Amino acid sequence: MNHGAMNRVGTIRLIVIVGLVGTLELLIRADVIPRRTILPPSEMAEALANLLASGKATQDIVQTLTCVAAALVSSIIGGFGVGVLIHRVPRLRRALDPFFATYYAVPFFIFYPVLIAIFDLSLLPIILMGFAFAVIAMTIATLNGLDRVPKVMAKVARVHRMAGFDTALRMKLPAAAPHLFTGLKLCVAYSFIGVIASEFILAPSGLGHAIAYAYNDFDNRTMYALMLFVLVVVITANMILHGWEQRLLRRWQGR
Amino acid sequence: MAPNPVHARLSGVTRVYAAVAGYRPVHALGPVDLELRHGEFFSVVGPSGCGKSTLLEVMAGLQPPSEGTVEFEGKKVAGEVPDGVGVVFQEDASFPWLTVWDNAAFGLRRAGMDGAEIERRVGDALAFMGLKDFQQAYPAQLSGGMRQRVCIARTLVLQPRLILLDEPFGALDAQTRLLMGDEVLRLWRRTGATILLITHALDEAAMLSDRVGVMSARPGRFLDLVETNWPKDRDSTIVSQAGFGAVTARLWHHLRGESMKAMGQSAPAPAGA
Repeated sequence: MNHGAMNRVGTIRLIVIVGLVGTLELLIRADVIPRRTILPPSEMAEALANLLASGKATQDIVQTLTCVAAALVSSIIGGFGVGVLIHRVPRLRRALDPFFATYYAVPFFIFYPVLIAIFDLSLLPIILMGFAFAVIAMTIATLNGLDRVPKVMAKVARVHRMAGFDTALRMKLPAAAPHLFTGLKLCVAYSFIGVIASEFILAPSGLGHAIAYAYNDFDNRTMYALMLFVLVVVITANMILHGWEQRLLRRWQGR
Repeated sequence: MAPNPVHARLSGVTRVYAAVAGYRPVHALGPVDLELRHGEFFSVVGPSGCGKSTLLEVMAGLQPPSEGTVEFEGKKVAGEVPDGVGVVFQEDASFPWLTVWDNAAFGLRRAGMDGAEIERRVGDALAFMGLKDFQQAYPAQLSGGMRQRVCIARTLVLQPRLILLDEPFGALDAQTRLLMGDEVLRLWRRTGATILLITHALDEAAMLSDRVGVMSARPGRFLDLVETNWPKDRDSTIVSQAGFGAVTARLWHHLRGESMKAMGQSAPAPAGA
């Protein structure tokens, strides 16, 4: 796709987003949607700006983003490592495939109380929930990515007398990189879901806890401001990854 | 003491692939005996599936022989690709995440060579392969022939003494193949390396080689070793010389029947027999 066509696609995307947000704003201001149910987006943005300026949410934001970062990094590294290992043992992969296929059918949050019982009401159970949610997405993406690495690359690695770890890091990882982005994007989404949902269920602090607290307190302005913050962060992270992925694909495929 | 004229040797080499679920073991190659002379250009032709690539991979140390021994410069090849052996594969093996320059420098950086020497060798190899103007391009921006040249440059910078080429022009059109043949001949003359080329194209083998080994249908064995007697400074214009037709005819004489065997047909008697 050339630069002009990409700009046109970007413009269409912007029009869709502005159109949806504008429609929501109009529907709320025209009382089609009651204001007590949902705030107009402009007021959400204003409430968020005030909340950020006041510093009241800073601690919750820092805690949640720290937990997400820990869950994200550990799930990416762990998922990739496990994926590489399983890929090397086809029999093990065949044995584990049904578990991967049904993994996301398990309602993970039933294990959250168990984790709290083991690790107490600390950050660790929250990070573990984010990790558990994200790690298999990365493992599956790694397996799919490695399946697509041309077999000749393994021969080239042997010609260059590269050891197993070196081959994985310098040959398989970059060769599979475009396919790993699906896993990275899912990891970002699942880490946020795992962490915020865990905070929402039971935690003394964090964005999920703050949203739940505001909800129970009928504090719509704070609740929507924090929800908007989470949305903006997740979408921005995914857009950055998407842009990076597209740049890589252009380089890979000469588009 | 006169140097050993034999650069690489296969002695009684066979390769049998073990049975996989539901299938019998496959006897792909041999027994094969072959001596590659220092600095010669040797090509292997044979019908599809006769074990040509297996032969190359066994010689490179990428596969172990089931029986027999492989030697390179008097030392047994076992388990890994020996120092001094370069391999170019049929498939596009350029690294799409690296520029042409970084592709070519890959092996040297891994070997921990100093920057100035990398600069010199890579610059030299890219200039030789006509890639100097594309050194900052990524492989996806290049044609198939140019990507294959990147792979050759990546091999060339390591200054291999034995270069194994596994149908490197197989995916290219006929004209580009001829021109690439010229480039490989230039490369061969300049480096003085021994070259083993696997190809299915008789004209390519006849044009490039000092000797051509003709292989039988699977399990591949050498039926004939054909000396071409071409001058060292040859190029693709040799295809128009009188002797060229005689070489290709001799190759085809053996290959016709073997190719039909490989296709599961019995070979008819040659016309006039």
